[in-house]
Amino acid sequence: MQELIDRAKELLKDGTVVRVLGWKKGDLPYNPEPHIFTSAEELDKDFIYNGFCGANLSKYMIAATRLEGKTLVFLKPCDTFSFNQLIKEHQVKRENAYIIGVGCKGKLDHRKFERLGLGDIAEISGIELTDECDRIHVKTVYGEEKDLDYRDVMLERCFFCKTKEHQIFDEKMLDSKDTVAEGADRFEEVKKIEAMAPAERYAFFRSELSKCIRCNACRNVCPACNCRHCVFDNTKYDTPQKANASSFEENMFHVIRAFHVAGRCTDCGECSRVCPQNIPLHLFNRKFILDADDLYGEFQAGSDTTTPGPLTAFTFGDAEPAAGLERSRG
Amino acid sequence: MQRIGVFVCHCGTNIAATVDVSKVAEAAKHEPGVVYAVDYTFMCSEAGQNLIAQAIKDYGLTAIVVCSCSPRMHEATFRKVAEENGVNPYMVEIANIREQCSWVHKNMDEGTPKAITLMKTAVAKVNLDAPLQEGEAPVTKRALVIGGGIAGIQTALDIADCGYKVDIVEKEQTIGGRMAQLDKTFPTLDCSSCILTPRMTEVAQHPNIRLFTYSEVQEVSGFVGNFDVKILKKSRSVREKDCTGCGVCMTKCPSKKIPNEFNRGLNFRTAINIPFAQAIPNVPVIDKEHCIHFKTGKCGICAKVCPSHAVDYEIQDEVIEEKYGAIVVATGFDQIDLHKFGELGYGVSKDVISSLEYERIMSATGPTGGHIVRPSDGKEPKDIVFIQCVGSRCEPDDRRGKTYCSKICCMYTAKQSIMTCDHIPGAKCHVFYIDVRTPGKMFDEFYRRAVEQYGVDYIKGNVGKVTPLPNGKLRVHGVDLLDQKEVELDTDMVVLAGAIEPNPSIRPLATKLTLSIDNNNFLNEAHAKLHPVEAATAGVFMAGTVQGPKDIPETVAQAGAAAVKAVALLAKDKLKTNPCVAQPDELYCNGCSVCANVCPYGAITYIEKEVRDHGVRETRRLAQVNPSLCKGCGACTVACPSGAMNLKGFTNRQIMAEVDSVCQ
Repeated sequence: MQELIDRAKELLKDGTVVRVLGWKKGDLPYNPEPHIFTSAEELDKDFIYNGFCGANLSKYMIAATRLEGKTLVFLKPCDTFSFNQLIKEHQVKRENAYIIGVGCKGKLDHRKFERLGLGDIAEISGIELTDECDRIHVKTVYGEEKDLDYRDVMLERCFFCKTKEHQIFDEKMLDSKDTVAEGADRFEEVKKIEAMAPAERYAFFRSELSKCIRCNACRNVCPACNCRHCVFDNTKYDTPQKANASSFEENMFHVIRAFHVAGRCTDCGECSRVCPQNIPLHLFNRKFILDADDLYGEFQAGSDTTTPGPLTAFTFGDAEPAAGLERSRG
Repeated sequence: MQRIGVFVCHCGTNIAATVDVSKVAEAAKHEPGVVYAVDYTFMCSEAGQNLIAQAIKDYGLTAIVVCSCSPRMHEATFRKVAEENGVNPYMVEIANIREQCSWVHKNMDEGTPKAITLMKTAVAKVNLDAPLQEGEAPVTKRALVIGGGIAGIQTALDIADCGYKVDIVEKEQTIGGRMAQLDKTFPTLDCSSCILTPRMTEVAQHPNIRLFTYSEVQEVSGFVGNFDVKILKKSRSVREKDCTGCGVCMTKCPSKKIPNEFNRGLNFRTAINIPFAQAIPNVPVIDKEHCIHFKTGKCGICAKVCPSHAVDYEIQDEVIEEKYGAIVVATGFDQIDLHKFGELGYGVSKDVISSLEYERIMSATGPTGGHIVRPSDGKEPKDIVFIQCVGSRCEPDDRRGKTYCSKICCMYTAKQSIMTCDHIPGAKCHVFYIDVRTPGKMFDEFYRRAVEQYGVDYIKGNVGKVTPLPNGKLRVHGVDLLDQKEVELDTDMVVLAGAIEPNPSIRPLATKLTLSIDNNNFLNEAHAKLHPVEAATAGVFMAGTVQGPKDIPETVAQAGAAAVKAVALLAKDKLKTNPCVAQPDELYCNGCSVCANVCPYGAITYIEKEVRDHGVRETRRLAQVNPSLCKGCGACTVACPSGAMNLKGFTNRQIMAEVDSVCQ
């Protein structure tokens, strides 16, 4: 971690960048937060990069690259997909970004600590990137101590890691480690849901989505949700009150959101990570990815900055509407 | 607030029989903004129109809802009434309570509430309507005809004779199409080429016609009166202006084993080839896939032997850009692939052939010089079985064939059997048929001639199987439904009257031209009865079998009709443009380019523009719509995640209001 701080200070000092977007220590050992650092002192004091730094910093670059001067940003391999996608959508200015691709050994899921009764972490070791990220030692505020397997508390999304290769960067620092589970199929759960009878599937989604408290965390964290004014806040088109019409509100919100990010979602998994209600929101996006792959050939949003997304472009080879119908009939 | 008048039409009993129209009018009076509502027998009649005009004056109406038939029928009528009486024509909404309501319901209990809902929907929308102004666009006085068969030829000649310029784009190397492959034509038995080739020559010599053969339409943009078309003129590798069509190259070309498409694969052709003697232009094309020079860089014999040095391997494909006011699609048909009918022996025995292959065998320019012989051994057949409706009139779940009747097969089968008897004295012809359909001038007489004069053996029934026998004969297992018995015939040759289908090239072309096609890939007309040669896309017309199965006289007649429609368009100096185009909201646009990516017409570009947004002044990347390119398809409004893109006359808000009024 120190080398990241040193390099950031160097780039600040020689004027390459005027600010640094990274992760700042939280008030607790497990909740670092995205932060813009502007001085060496601030970096020394608060910068952190460890297993809890799951947050995808790409989206913050929308605002940062519109400011005067370059912004240094630390991106994990999976975050670079989002960054590319944002370039494609003209939301970030590449020329105003200096990207350090940082290594990743899988990120941690605090909820898994909670489930093990270890949620109230006082001290934790083994989660620095310089560590093996194999074994973790946790001490809780109640004095309980435990050794854990890193993978037992890793974010689910990391078991389906797309790649440890950065898609876009100016320089790379620190090593990564493969975290993909053996035989992992990120669509496995989607396929399970597809196989459900319609009534069962409806019940599944109702039960999941009615947990939603409309905190908008998923929307606010999602790099694809980059509208100036979200349609759900849009007073001009009578849409906000539509979503409030009934108890079906949250369902519609999430279904519409999934439609809006379809073909643009990089499957970064931030929506599910930040959801305080634990709704597996990424499943919607994966369903769209699976369908689009099926109908248009495999496509990974953000693997480059130019290829038009299958659902956000018009070509003569586009699937005919009947293709979807035939598909749903099996 | 609008002052809305609602006019409910009875359409005689078309609507009034299943919708209580007075109830609809009564319900309308309680809708927001409605100041007047009335029902009347025929709203489209002069009296009905006067009723609207009077109400506009009496009640100071600012918007009008007509509950009647589909807007495709009378929207223009009612817009005109509005305009003449000082109401913007785009302040008129049609609630379709006929096609979408009275015609699909059987009783008033269902029809009336639905009609009321549809009325409410239209009122909800018209409340949010804004007056729109039409623009004007000039008309390019040139027509494009796609397809150089008899339909395209006739259309082009008719347009050209009216004094307008026409270009024909033909994907094959010569014009002529299917008709050039036929031997004789029913019911007059005149020779197909003899009547076609003078027309082909006329096309070639007409001062108003340009011919692009071996060419394809690559890209179409623009709109009615102003289409921009890119035509890919593929390289023939032979200079048209130098070639004399002497054919020496064809005699010397060493690559000789290529199935001859013009003869339906019944013989071979050379890599440098002219398909038939009367081809226009009479200039060969080098088939690069089979040419030894293009494959290996060696050979080059054709270039050496060409007396006029016309062969040039370096000629490249060329893209021609041209503007057109009107486009006529005449891409014709092909016969379906009969290999799917293996039980009938196609692809199993060489002596089971398609009817089009048989035309080539009968034709003097065909592979056998017009002598009817069996493809397997070259012997003259003494007994021939014709099987009709192969792939036509199939069950909907039979994926091998088509549900429709191919229309021409009954007549050409009668012709082929007559011609067979003429060619081979003493030959016996049998025809298996489901029905013999002969509606047409002199058609039934012609069929009866086959039966009565030529003794053709018509058997009502299907054939289940054709088995090749060791002695070279074919055993046909069928049924005779009239005698209610199984039939077994040993014959020399079997001819399958395979279904016809639109030329497969229509699918990508339809996409380029945004045409609507039916389940069988035939083009849909703008209206089956009243606009039979107009496509749903303004400025595009159709002629010939691309619209549905038809014979030569029907095709020629339709070509004339399409030509007149195209000329009527070209004769105008200016066209009104559709004001229902997309419009982005600057403050909501985030410049993501999704709208531009999905726009099929290239109507959306991006600009950097300074905006003031609640005290923030900044330069943003914003979408901009070119209204003369936008066709109002609405793809961008759906794709825009922010809801920043709106279609004038169909704004997101209006559509939401409509949905609300249905759901409430």
